[in-house]
Amino acid sequence: MTSYLDFEKPILDLESKIEELRHLSSDGSLNIADEVGKLQGKVDRLLRDTYSSLSAAQKVQVARHGERPHFSDYIAQLMDDFIPLAGDRNYAEDQALVGGLARFDGRSCVIMGHEKGHDTESRVAHNFGMARPEGYRKAQRLMNLADQFHLPVVSFVDTAGAYPGVDAEARGQAEAIARSIETCFRVKVPFISVIIGEGGSGGAIAIAGADRVLMLEHATYSVISPEGCASILWRSAAQAAEAAEALRLTAQDLLKLGVIDEIVAEPLGGAHRHPEETISVVGAAISRHLEILAREDGATLLSRRRKKFLDMGKKGI
Amino acid sequence: MNWITNIVRPKIRALVPGRQHDLPDNMWIKCPNCGAMLFHRDLEQNHKVCPHCNHHMRLEVDKRLDLIFDNASWRTIELPKVPSDPLKFRDQKKYTERLKDYRSKTGREDAIVVAYGEISGIEAVVAAFDFNFMGGSMGISVGEGIVAAARLAILQQSPLIIIPASGGARMQEGMLSLMQMPRTTIAVTQVKEAGLPFIVLLTDPTTGGVSASFAMLGDIHIAEPGTQIGFAGARVIQETIRETLPSGFQRAEYLKDHGMVDMVVARKDLPETLGRILSILRQPLEKAKVIRLPLGVAKPALRSIGGRKADSSDNAKDSRKRTIKRARKDDSGDEPI
Ligand SMILES: [Zn+2]
Repeated sequence: MTSYLDFEKPILDLESKIEELRHLSSDGSLNIADEVGKLQGKVDRLLRDTYSSLSAAQKVQVARHGERPHFSDYIAQLMDDFIPLAGDRNYAEDQALVGGLARFDGRSCVIMGHEKGHDTESRVAHNFGMARPEGYRKAQRLMNLADQFHLPVVSFVDTAGAYPGVDAEARGQAEAIARSIETCFRVKVPFISVIIGEGGSGGAIAIAGADRVLMLEHATYSVISPEGCASILWRSAAQAAEAAEALRLTAQDLLKLGVIDEIVAEPLGGAHRHPEETISVVGAAISRHLEILAREDGATLLSRRRKKFLDMGKKGI
Repeated sequence: MNWITNIVRPKIRALVPGRQHDLPDNMWIKCPNCGAMLFHRDLEQNHKVCPHCNHHMRLEVDKRLDLIFDNASWRTIELPKVPSDPLKFRDQKKYTERLKDYRSKTGREDAIVVAYGEISGIEAVVAAFDFNFMGGSMGISVGEGIVAAARLAILQQSPLIIIPASGGARMQEGMLSLMQMPRTTIAVTQVKEAGLPFIVLLTDPTTGGVSASFAMLGDIHIAEPGTQIGFAGARVIQETIRETLPSGFQRAEYLKDHGMVDMVVARKDLPETLGRILSILRQPLEKAKVIRLPLGVAKPALRSIGGRKADSSDNAKDSRKRTIKRARKDDSGDEPI
């Protein structure tokens, strides 16, 4: 059962009509196949039109959609064997950032990502995907582990941002994120990041300093939430849509700016309508890049990765 | 020594010390902390620290550099030009217009100054943020300044000191401002890999993307009293989490208590503290002395031990080389398989 976003109202209306027809004909007295077929064609056209011209603000809604596949869905579908690892060996285990050893496409690797959870209970357990310092220190541990055993790293980014709390600050949120970024640029193994939903600021880049940064078609990646930006620069959160546009947080704009390397297309109507198909397309993209990166020597990868980021900012819109 | 070479396009620009003062000397200023009325000239002489309550007010970049460097003597490097409005950003005002305003207000291109000079006789590169330029926010230009400062430090084999005073990333440059976190992190990593000291002097405020990148990666962290340091803004924490903030939260002393800062140092003591740290860090353990054997006596034997290659085509030496090669072959033959 899909929950509809406000701009999907016309799609909802059509799909309800189809549902109604099906219900009416459930006794078999009416032949509705033609009518349903026509309506379904209309729905598809509408979805295609809507999703090929989403505004930045609409993409923000899609990227945050509760039924969008989350990291745990990617693990379940793509990884042959996943061994979760816990804790930062310092203070705590943080379930907002999940990670461990895995076998993907016949290859051993280290995977990690933000997990938002899928219902009230799991959302609370994962703190809505907002990691504390322990999450970022676990990420450092995992990257160093990958480096030590020469395993590629694949990270999945999906967070509104790092957790803004008193305890997080007391335990050095800034330092944990900084050190995590630093670690991204020290490991001499292939490193791929995929922005699968929300790429929220420092909490996102902390695990996305990769050789290849892939991004789903309707995901977002931003220095600040549009609401936060609007309340500072427009002095009103009501201007969030305008801020979303101005921030250039869409995959399409970020590819132009050279911040990401590739856009992964989403199925018709967005990832939340076809989670399995989305995940397998992402899997294929990761696999293709891993294949190439695995042939490179570690020192070369690292110096190229550093250069790629050092060179950013030369291209404008 | 050749301080300036061609890597950072460093046209030297001598700095005019003591920029225009905003206020006449006879003006009274109220301390925002204790409310005492302070004579402007006295406050300036005290480096903008309240003599009654020790409150550290923000110090202009030029005055800070005067304070830190020996004899208030320092020079800046010209920073590489970068695209100034890559997103064509506008909120209620165009970003380009905001930039223009701040440039005319501060006389600076952007929110960073890269200077070099001596501290207690030790050459050092300093990158200092100008909070008066859009709250010291970090965009491409600031990131470029830090990258250039790091390169200069490596080139000159001198320590790097960064002095942040920044609310974080510059929103008007969107993701390109976020990308300054990895850029500056890579830059300071390279300084560390070159074996050079990287010191961060945290000044008010150091928050957001600046705190969560290079500013928390120093070999040594020094903070001025009362400096606000943290990732999330206090208001954001209060609004979204509805927690009451402990007293002194995100202040330099709090960070020191929580293990994130090495020392909280009063402004007047900064030059001496930096000097002492640098002089200790710049005097590494001497390498063990190599005892040289008399020439011509044991050379062949040494070669066979160390396996060093002879560098001459001289016949005698060649034959020696062959002997060594054979000897090594024999050695390896003895090794268990
Ligand atoms: Zn006072």
